Amino acid sequence: MEHAHHVEHPDMYDAESSKVGMWLFIFTELLLFGALFVIYAVYRYMNPDAFHLAGEELNRVIGTVNTVILLISSMTIAMATTALQKGQRNVAIGLVSITFVIGLVFLVNKYFEWGVKFSHGIWPGSEHMMNEMSHGEILFFGLYFVMTGLHALHIIIGMAIMVFAVRGLVRGKVHADRPSLLDNCGLYWHLVDLIWIFLFPLFYLIH
Amino acid sequence: MQTTAVNGANYLTYQGKYKGLLGWILSTDHKRIGLLYLYSIATMFTTGVLLGLAMKFELLAPGKTIMEAQTYNSVFTVHGVIMIFMVVVPGLPAVFGNLMLPIMIGARDVAFPKLNLLSWWLYVAGVFLVLAALLFGKGSPDTGWTFYAPYSFKTGTNMLPAIFGAFVLGFSSILTGLNFLVTIHRLRCKGMKWMKLPLFVWTLYGTAWIQLLATPVVGITLVLVALERVFGVGIFDPALGGDPILYQHLFWIYSHPAVYIMILPAMGAISEIIPTFSQKHIFGYKALIASTMAIAFVGYLVWGHHMFTAGMSGTAQYYFSLLTFIVAIPSAIKVFNWISTLYKGSINVQTPFYWAVSFIFVFMIGGLSGLVLGALATDVHVHDTAFVVAHFHYIVFGGTGFAFFAAIHYWFPKIFGRMYDKAWANTGWLVFFVGFLALYTPMFYLGMMGMPRRYYDYLEEFHGGNILSTFGSWVLATGFIIIVVNLVRSARKGAPAEANPWHGKTLEWTVPSPPPVLNFDEEPVLGEKDGPYNYE
Repeated sequence: MEHAHHVEHPDMYDAESSKVGMWLFIFTELLLFGALFVIYAVYRYMNPDAFHLAGEELNRVIGTVNTVILLISSMTIAMATTALQKGQRNVAIGLVSITFVIGLVFLVNKYFEWGVKFSHGIWPGSEHMMNEMSHGEILFFGLYFVMTGLHALHIIIGMAIMVFAVRGLVRGKVHADRPSLLDNCGLYWHLVDLIWIFLFPLFYLIH
Repeated sequence: MQTTAVNGANYLTYQGKYKGLLGWILSTDHKRIGLLYLYSIATMFTTGVLLGLAMKFELLAPGKTIMEAQTYNSVFTVHGVIMIFMVVVPGLPAVFGNLMLPIMIGARDVAFPKLNLLSWWLYVAGVFLVLAALLFGKGSPDTGWTFYAPYSFKTGTNMLPAIFGAFVLGFSSILTGLNFLVTIHRLRCKGMKWMKLPLFVWTLYGTAWIQLLATPVVGITLVLVALERVFGVGIFDPALGGDPILYQHLFWIYSHPAVYIMILPAMGAISEIIPTFSQKHIFGYKALIASTMAIAFVGYLVWGHHMFTAGMSGTAQYYFSLLTFIVAIPSAIKVFNWISTLYKGSINVQTPFYWAVSFIFVFMIGGLSGLVLGALATDVHVHDTAFVVAHFHYIVFGGTGFAFFAAIHYWFPKIFGRMYDKAWANTGWLVFFVGFLALYTPMFYLGMMGMPRRYYDYLEEFHGGNILSTFGSWVLATGFIIIVVNLVRSARKGAPAEANPWHGKTLEWTVPSPPPVLNFDEEPVLGEKDGPYNYE
């Protein structure tokens, strides 16, 4: 290749830009869920009894376990960020991996939780729901599946970002002077955690 | 760090890592991406225009003229989806924002060039998804571009790809907004203080915030409609306890701010053109910035005025009506400032100037007719009539569309390094402008007389106005052809353009035409006395 005709863009890495960009993206995620929280608030206000009744159906033990492990995972990813700042690359890789595994455990719990609902004949549009449930209960479970489902999707996205972060760490592209990918991975994971912190009481605890 | 550009190589001709077409569709250069958007949006606009012409032809006479009622429903739906989501929402930010924003603030590129390219790819993906809805499945979407519940999940037509396509286009729009926000915050050159930013940049800034904060709401709302269709979750389905009015609220919480996504950058382009062709400092620079941010903010709070007749408490109606009147004030401030800038200016009458002043003319008619719709009593009378269509097209086509044409004629010599044929450009403008007036003005009258919108048929008494309107659509199309042929021809064969043909003061006029790959040889520095509108 003729070098004279080859024009490259300069390296534009700017940690501050990456961080601001991620925060802005987190705003959009909050609004995405924000609309769902508004819908939840409206329907809860319109159907207080049905929401109470339907909320009893949910398994509070699994919900609590998932809340606790998700909080722990937020801690481990924050520790990974700190480890990288101190230049401890292998510690950081280990901590991100632990976070990844916790995310996986969360999803497995979710799988069993949804599975039990399905075995009770509860899923959107199921015969059991259409024939035996009130409108309020249908809305509760509709929102339950949509909101926890969308949250689970975000868990998966967060885990995918972790894969890229670990790859960057292993290849040496993410390091103490260039930590944005891991930092943003952590920020995103905290968002996923934060949304769950609101979902958990709204569906499992409030009566 | 910087590898210097080959002497004479500009962004149109340089050879990067990839050759030929790949060198364009995989380029992360903001200027190339801007051109990719220009070509894609021009293609979609032409498609939308053809659909619009088909509708106007159908309305040439009462009864069936060229298409069945169901076809007409699909045509106005697809016309709306294309024009809103693929043309006017991305329109000025994606094309001229990408082409000019980094240069105007003295930067080499946007903050995230790869993300920028991803935005364009998402745009293309969204376009193909929507087109898939037309080609496959049981009939084209027929809900109108608003996808109102419950019809949007009851109709048998092919809604899912269209809804998903709109979602993807929204994602593209969010990423562009995010990119521009970070760019404006982080990449301004030395001396480019906030109070020295060109007004086009300020409007892109306001727009970007709206793109970022409003689009996710419609995104999730569209997802819910899709889930409603597939699983029947019940959230908007009255048969399962859901509330279709809630859909309308969520839809307009985005889609009203979205009309400010459409109009703010248009106002920004006009705010660049008016001072350049008056050779005079813009009147009320700070007032224009304040009005931009006021529109961006108050625009969030007026969505309910789309739903006055849909079922809403009296209190809510008063509130939304009052705020609608308030949001008109910053727009009026802008018009006042543009006119005041012209006063005692050394006016250089050129094609962009014609477009800009005709923009002010149609924008004012569009804006004032909006107040007729924002007032509760008159809205009940003209709601869902041709009056609404006329108002909307006066604002969005006459506003954003005219500003787009103004901007392309303004920045064309910078973008392509060639000048267009001015006589043909002026002719194109005149024919287009006359056609526009003939096309939409009768619809105000027809709406007042009670002709409903979204029907392929009408009563005999509306025939006269419709003939004039259809005739206008042909004149407008002729003007459009003249403009496009002239620009396409000039991009290839026009006379080479100077770096600063209009004697503008913003930074893009300090670099060669077309700009070099990295925009500036050295990072520009703005002195104390430099400013975007500092004319002698």
